[in-house]
Amino acid sequence: MGALTLNHFLVLGALLFSVSVVGIFLNRRNVIVLLMTIELMLLAVNLNFIAFSHFLGDLAGQVFVFFILTVAAAEAAIGLAILVVLFRNLATINVEDMDSLKG
Amino acid sequence: MKALYLLVPLAPLFGAILAGLFGRAIGRAGAHTVTILGVLVSFLASCWIFADVLQGNTFNGSVYPWLTSGGVRLEIGFLIDRLTALMMVVVTFVSLMVHVYTIGYMAEDPGYQRFFSYISLFTFSMLMLVMANNFLQLFFGWEAVGLVSYLLIGFWYTRPTAIHANLKAFLVNRVGDFGFLLGIGLVLASFGSLDYAQVFEQAPTLAAPMTLICILLFVGAMGKSAQFPLHVWLPDSMEGPTPISALIHAATMVTAGIFMVARMAPLYELSPTARSVVLVIGAITALAMGLVALTQFDIKRVVAYSTLSQLGYMTVALGASAYSAAIFHLMTHAFFKAVLFLGAGSVIIALHHQQDMRRMGGLQRYMPVTYWTFLLAAVSSAGIPGFAGFFSKDAIIAAAGQATIPGAGFAYACVLACVFVTATYTFRMLFMAFHGLPRFDTAHPPHESPAVVTVPLVLLAIPSVLAGWLISYFVEVESTWAFFAHGFVSAPFWLALAGIVTAYVLYRLRPDLPKRIAMRLGPIYAVVERKYGFDELYAWLFASGARVVGTGLWKAGDQTVIDGLAVNGSARVVGWVSGMVRLLQTGILNTYAFLMLFGILAGVSWVLWRFWP
Repeated sequence: MGALTLNHFLVLGALLFSVSVVGIFLNRRNVIVLLMTIELMLLAVNLNFIAFSHFLGDLAGQVFVFFILTVAAAEAAIGLAILVVLFRNLATINVEDMDSLKG
Repeated sequence: MKALYLLVPLAPLFGAILAGLFGRAIGRAGAHTVTILGVLVSFLASCWIFADVLQGNTFNGSVYPWLTSGGVRLEIGFLIDRLTALMMVVVTFVSLMVHVYTIGYMAEDPGYQRFFSYISLFTFSMLMLVMANNFLQLFFGWEAVGLVSYLLIGFWYTRPTAIHANLKAFLVNRVGDFGFLLGIGLVLASFGSLDYAQVFEQAPTLAAPMTLICILLFVGAMGKSAQFPLHVWLPDSMEGPTPISALIHAATMVTAGIFMVARMAPLYELSPTARSVVLVIGAITALAMGLVALTQFDIKRVVAYSTLSQLGYMTVALGASAYSAAIFHLMTHAFFKAVLFLGAGSVIIALHHQQDMRRMGGLQRYMPVTYWTFLLAAVSSAGIPGFAGFFSKDAIIAAAGQATIPGAGFAYACVLACVFVTATYTFRMLFMAFHGLPRFDTAHPPHESPAVVTVPLVLLAIPSVLAGWLISYFVEVESTWAFFAHGFVSAPFWLALAGIVTAYVLYRLRPDLPKRIAMRLGPIYAVVERKYGFDELYAWLFASGARVVGTGLWKAGDQTVIDGLAVNGSARVVGWVSGMVRLLQTGILNTYAFLMLFGILAGVSWVLWRFWP
């Protein structure tokens, strides 16, 4: 068992990102799951930032993560609020029912 | 001399401009004074030039360089030789007589000044045509006389028949002019020049498509001189006022084609094939149109078909290489046909615009001057020895008999038969109009026309009797007297006499016979009376044909290609593409997300692949 290298972190980030992408595609039912997978994507990115910050010795990356977390929190709040309004109007949060943009 | 040459065409032009643009200011008397003075000056100058040419003074030179383009010089120039000088005298003389006659004929017409302006303009155009020394000026005069002819046929522009007739004349002439223009183009392409002298000089040595050139030029002559099968416009042109029928559609303009071929004689001599075509076309025209004249009852139409037939004679002479005989007949015909037309016009005004010969008869007592001049012209036209028509017609028949090119035998038979036909229809007209019992309302007997009408008739009747004795000026004859004496023993004389007797029997002794003959001949008579159905054929072939072609083009070209492929086609392509693109817009979020990711992935991959070190 060797020491942790940058690659380990990058692979972990990529895996997290892929999981969230697959989550987006496989999930056809629940909009809340979509919000969660987006959150997971952002965390994967954050992981990359922190890994690079640590291994390159540059704190700017970690500062960036704080911004992203803030934005993610705000986004989650706005997303959930929109979701509540959406549910009030449509009485559903099923992704497949929201297709009024269909050409 | 050059100033005098210029004076000949410019004097009538000046009169035409004055009468046309300032007609209201100078009034009726002013209009006919200036135009008649213009033509009189032109006539006197022409006579002077004619006398000068007889002394041997010919002229060929340019007056004014019009433009130079790519090595081709286009000039206004005059070629004055015996042919031109003679034509100038004939044109200006007949024109002068017609101008004077018009004072009487058009006296009550509101378009008086306009009419004088047109006929003076016509005289100018015709003079430009005959005096030209190059093809372009010839073409200018050619088109200008066509234009004036169009304006004059439709002179009474409120009559639908007149408008149809002038449109028909113009369209049929376009067909001929198209050939003529192609011929001129081919001359320019072959010889690099439009000057007569240069073209004629090079013609024998240069390898040029001479037969094609000659036939194309002759197509132009067929249009202008109303040769079969482009003859259909001439009878209809009788919708114009009678002085015009006399001046343009009998004496001068329609002979432009004959003049042109005679002028191009050096070219036609190089192509026996073209001359055969000319010969056969002329022979067909002469006989076929003469037969139609036998069946018509409108006096002007009879004269018109007679004109066609006589033009056929001239064309036969051209085909038989007897160019001077053609010009000789052109001259004598101009005189006697002008008398026949103006005499017919005199009858028409006396009977208050009645043109149907079945409503005439017995006019001899009421209109002696008209009758006697008409009779002299008729005798001349029938070719009785001693009268002008005899000399020229016999010269043509002799030439046709001596010709050896293919088609000569056919032409000879046709012109001989036509002598009989000519005498018959001319005297039929004379007997129907002037002899027998009056078939009009005798309560208001017609009067002899005023002096402005009868004097030109008399003045024109003189040359139509005597002009024949100038034969030695045109044709090589041992002696004029011998030619005259020989006329009494030759076939044409007996044929003409037989024709006159036939007309006498049919229309004086047994007036019931013509109807019975017509009944007996049945379908043949019907075909001839309907002018062989050429009007119907052209209406069917070109009018319906054009409609079929037009419908085809509309369906195939407009509806299918332009509307179908270009306009609606592009719309349909856009619609189809958008239909395809629409399928991408599923409205399902996952798809958008997937496409977004896929797009970013593809973009980043491309950038990495392209710009990675």
